[in-house]
Amino acid sequence: MKTQKSRLPSMTAYVVLGIITLPIILMYIWLLLNSFTTQMKYGVIPTNLTLDNWQFIWSDVVINGTEMPSIWTATLNSFLFAGSLTILELIIGVMAGYALSRLNFPGRQGLLKTTMLLHAFPSVALLIAVFYILNFLGLFDSLWGVILVKTALQIPMTAWIIKGFFDDVSWDVEWAGLIDGCTRFKVWYTIVIPLIKPGIAAVAIFAFLAGWSEFLLLYTFILSDENITLAAYLQKLMSNPNVINYGLLSAVSIFYMIPVLLFFIFTQKSLMQVNATGGKGV
Amino acid sequence: MGKPNVVVSAKKNTGNSNPNRIVGFLQKWGLPAVLLGPFLILITIFFIAPVVLIVILAFTNMDSSMVWDLNGLLNFKKMASDPNLSEIMLNTVFYVTLTLSLNIFLGLSLALLTTYFIKQESVGLIIRTIWMLPRISPPVVYILLWLWFFDPSEYGVLNSLRMIFDMPPANFLADQPMTAIVLANGLIGASYGMIIFSAAIKSIPGDLFMAARVDGAAERSIIFDIIIPAVKWPLMFVTLWQLLSLLTSYEYILLLTKGGPLFETEVLALYSYHKAFQSFEYGYGSAVALVLVVIALICTFIFWRIFGMDKMIKSSRIE
Repeated sequence: MKTQKSRLPSMTAYVVLGIITLPIILMYIWLLLNSFTTQMKYGVIPTNLTLDNWQFIWSDVVINGTEMPSIWTATLNSFLFAGSLTILELIIGVMAGYALSRLNFPGRQGLLKTTMLLHAFPSVALLIAVFYILNFLGLFDSLWGVILVKTALQIPMTAWIIKGFFDDVSWDVEWAGLIDGCTRFKVWYTIVIPLIKPGIAAVAIFAFLAGWSEFLLLYTFILSDENITLAAYLQKLMSNPNVINYGLLSAVSIFYMIPVLLFFIFTQKSLMQVNATGGKGV
Repeated sequence: MGKPNVVVSAKKNTGNSNPNRIVGFLQKWGLPAVLLGPFLILITIFFIAPVVLIVILAFTNMDSSMVWDLNGLLNFKKMASDPNLSEIMLNTVFYVTLTLSLNIFLGLSLALLTTYFIKQESVGLIIRTIWMLPRISPPVVYILLWLWFFDPSEYGVLNSLRMIFDMPPANFLADQPMTAIVLANGLIGASYGMIIFSAAIKSIPGDLFMAARVDGAAERSIIFDIIIPAVKWPLMFVTLWQLLSLLTSYEYILLLTKGGPLFETEVLALYSYHKAFQSFEYGYGSAVALVLVVIALICTFIFWRIFGMDKMIKSSRIE
């Protein structure tokens, strides 16, 4: 009798969760199905299957007589953007994280507080000033300029997280290495870094995904077609008011989401953890 | 200039048996300088300098010709008499309050349902993972899903549903744009609250629940007397954090409605963006941005007073 009583709320919970979660699943399933059909019955049931929507992979898309840049240019640029961002963020973040966690230098407290403040600072409000600086440096409309900006915006958070990893490594490990005759750099490189490798891997995935998904900075600071990224490519297709071809749009979306989905499936656990440590977006 | 420093720092280091002053200097300053150098350069150029610039730009009349032209308080006077600004302010308040409420309500409900009511760990995890999908999807893809949902033609989800009930297709995005952006942003934000609240609920010792059951507590009093007090701090943390990011972010609005139709979904942050990058009034845009920065800084200050530096660091390491 007791089990009967406690089963009721959990049944209700399943029903409620099912009702509010189903739309999300359905939308992503629609995205997949729609990319392989020309027409959907009632907007949701696929009727004739085709590969037409995936033509953008081997031939350039033409809309209203104007040719879109090749999808492969966009893919390559997206990889360049996300990859460089990851590498820069990791190198700078590991160096700064170690210094913040382990070294004694004047102004350390102040720097810690500044980093914390920047972590919470509304960076998007600074876009106008960033535009001025990029223009001044001659980096406007260049992928490298946006890579630097994005790295700078992410680095306070990354350095914080990596500092946390270093804080967890015991000092004894380092002292043992020093006594055995290593230099401080060698201790750092051969003993400490391998200890925090799993954490660094999680940060790397997070950085790559952030770069891969970036839209606003690229949309604002990149104009030319040769620097187009997948996010901008998709947005360009979407913002065309004359032809909204959901088949093509969903095919490009799936193509764009492949790395995200792969990372998500394989690293779901560590991703959820890192996200909880500092999701800055809404 | 560096020489006296060398002497001083080397003297401080006399406990160090190293007799070579230059090596001592390098040990004290070299390593931190090398390790922190790139970090400091980056945040100086793209963070500190923009903060200074935006303050100065707010008092200029800069446009696309990029000429510095100080004009005192003119931008702020213009803001006071801007006919659109009252509507935009109202939109901002509406948007932030509604989205925040949806965020917190959904996040808390999801956390309660998946951690407390559903006893099977794996089911809860799967559902939380599904809710993470919108957050990890690139913004452009996520907004595409909503555009399709609200599509004015008969192919949109909403209109397909209406067709089943013999209702004419509606242009929801034009009629109810505020509802649309609140829904789109609310679903994304829910997953953030969900993760943090789930962690907080999971960290409640199990014997508390057992003791409550032994004493015959009702399901409702378990929720309101045990769970809610336990998530009080995370709740405040998420609320303030989301408030801060909702005030200043506009990426999803820009993609979904572009602030339109007319000014119906234009919020303050987006207005600053439009002024700068659409009408090229960099000076005026900066002034609007400065107002935002000041509001955000006040929020951050309250944040710190409530949570304290250490607590904030701790809560950002919840797993």
